[in-house]
Amino acid sequence: MQKQNPTPETSPKSELNLREDYTSRYGFSDPEEYLHKAPKGISHEVVEMISRLKHEPEWMRQFRHDAFDAFLAKPMPQWGDTELLNSIDFDNIHYFLRSTKGSERSWDDVPDNIKKTFDRLGIPEAEQRFLGGVSAQYESEVVYHSMREDLQKQGIIFLDMDAGLREYEDIVKKHFATVIPPADNKFAALNSAVWSGGSFIYVPPDTDVKIPLQAYFRINAKNMGQFERTLIIADRGSRVHYIEGCTAPTYSSDSLHSAVVELVAMEGAYIRYTTIQNWSNNVFNLVTKRAVAHTDATVEWVDANLGSKLTMKFPCVYLMGERARAEILSVAFAGDGQHQDTGAKVIHAAPNTTSRITSKSISKGGGRASYRGLVKAYPNATDCKASVECDALLLNSNSRSDTYPTMEITGEDVRIEHEARVSKIAEEQIFYLQSRGLTEDEARMLIVNGFFEPFVKELPMEYAVEMNRLIELEMEGSVG
Amino acid sequence: MIPNDAPFHCEDIQVSIADKEVVKGVSLTIRGGEIHALMGPNGSGKSTFANALMGHPSYTLTGGKVYIRGKDVTDSSPEERSRRGMFLAFQYPLAIPGVTVANFLRAAVKSHAADETEMKGFRKTLLANFERLEIDPAFATRYVNDGFSGGEKKRLEILQMLMLKPAIALLDETDSGLDIDALQIVSKGINYMMGPDTGALLVTHYQRILNFVKPDFVHVFMDGRIVRSGGPELAHELEEKGYEWIENEVKAAVEAG
Repeated sequence: MQKQNPTPETSPKSELNLREDYTSRYGFSDPEEYLHKAPKGISHEVVEMISRLKHEPEWMRQFRHDAFDAFLAKPMPQWGDTELLNSIDFDNIHYFLRSTKGSERSWDDVPDNIKKTFDRLGIPEAEQRFLGGVSAQYESEVVYHSMREDLQKQGIIFLDMDAGLREYEDIVKKHFATVIPPADNKFAALNSAVWSGGSFIYVPPDTDVKIPLQAYFRINAKNMGQFERTLIIADRGSRVHYIEGCTAPTYSSDSLHSAVVELVAMEGAYIRYTTIQNWSNNVFNLVTKRAVAHTDATVEWVDANLGSKLTMKFPCVYLMGERARAEILSVAFAGDGQHQDTGAKVIHAAPNTTSRITSKSISKGGGRASYRGLVKAYPNATDCKASVECDALLLNSNSRSDTYPTMEITGEDVRIEHEARVSKIAEEQIFYLQSRGLTEDEARMLIVNGFFEPFVKELPMEYAVEMNRLIELEMEGSVG
Repeated sequence: MIPNDAPFHCEDIQVSIADKEVVKGVSLTIRGGEIHALMGPNGSGKSTFANALMGHPSYTLTGGKVYIRGKDVTDSSPEERSRRGMFLAFQYPLAIPGVTVANFLRAAVKSHAADETEMKGFRKTLLANFERLEIDPAFATRYVNDGFSGGEKKRLEILQMLMLKPAIALLDETDSGLDIDALQIVSKGINYMMGPDTGALLVTHYQRILNFVKPDFVHVFMDGRIVRSGGPELAHELEEKGYEWIENEVKAAVEAG
């Protein structure tokens, strides 16, 4: 009699079902009721309409048109997932959707259906419990915006970008598009032409924003394009933590999200920017994020990508002043039909600057995760330290993980450490945990949770709980 | 006659690895309160035997039956065997990066608990066991076996054992690589675990640990079989004369027919 020690079956059922409850939790949609809905497609007319509806100053109107020309002139990226990129139908997208007359300061004044959506997403509750300010964007514009009074009294400015331009035109004009010029890449150009919404933050010198500020981005309509624009300026010696989250209904046709985020950390300032990207699997997420860190400043990008069809996002820090520091933690989940093309860039352009990049990805069920990174040091950047660590975990054999690191070092005395690992969950690890009473699924979950622990522990507690819950949900699906 | 509630019993266990027979028919009964030592030279198959009893997926059981407290677990998954009261202390414990010792232990104990109320004393028990095994409570926040020294890994195995309170503990070379202090602490843990309804099987190459954990029976394991069984004196004899002595005797017996 031949008998194999019983091994748990590796049927498709026991795979981690990533974000299985997405449709019920986030993938719902409201009926489409709008004040202004641009027809599909993009042209100078659409650009003009957006600027006119927002009553913008002439320089911004001109900026948009110039950017649109740059968008037309720029080719699609010839690298990355060109097949998916080339499948974007720019003519099948709405570039502007206004759903309310303006941004409200009280949730009671937000139209019922939209308020319900944000209730369901838990935003007002989070605001009450642990946030200093909240901005809620629905389609193209911010529908709710509020900041705690004590923060306002400290002179902290936290507005949606449109209001920022209206109320603080001088500051905006001084910094807008200085970190990411429109011609930077095709999608930055597109954003520059049709941008709408996003956040504008200014933190006065030596001011510590002790509790996080959050923006939540929601796409509701089909074939929607969302192009928020965010500019954060942390003045000398100030500190701020900004968090953004995003979700969308699950549709069979594609939506496009293309943001531009610019951060300026002045001398000795500290900015942490945390993203939990959870778009539905029909959203193209092509985002340009870049920061400038001046002398003694620190910029940290904490970037988690769980959703979208294709994400291309490589948060970048230019270390422009001595002793400036960059820390980038990038985490990606790539499930069936998803390609997370993520990573980080750091440019050392001053002496004694340090950077650390940590990338962690999990691919499962045919999903694809790519790490793409750049560490560059200019000749004047002496005595720099840079470290890059990439960890990829493949949950099954049809998943894919690639690493594309680039180092351009022209300076001397630059210390670089680079480590990259691709691993599978070892059968021995599973057996070890099973021998302690855990099922195979529970064992996998524990290992996956552990894999993301370095990321989760960087999150404010409430988000850490949410992240762990998201990961646990994978397992729930796998048991049933 | 085997008591129905003996912590452990197995009959004629045969195990193959990739079609090669490694364990060739082993029967063993461990009654409540008994400590058995399974001694043998390297490569004799004793470690394979222990791992196969726990249900290791790479080892094929080609024959035999395994019982925990009289319950046939021959076809059970490793987690079922664990929940029924079997514990295997690994020779090479695995690292689980990012998972803290506390969370890991909580998950393990919870998997054994009938309901939430059983988790109430968890923290207290954990702290008491830390003290018993002279482990710094800061240990709780370290990642399981990640960057642990050999001694720390073995101590964590014993800690898990005390938390799970098994009916039958299989200890696979738990003594290897331990200095005398660590060996004493580990032994203290094993002795503490023992009770009238508990059994233990110490798989070991050396007699050393048996100075601290007194076995009731000693079995000599060679070439996939138990070739001799006796009392604690057998271990001392092995220590003095080495394994060759028995090997020769076994050969002679086979030749004599």
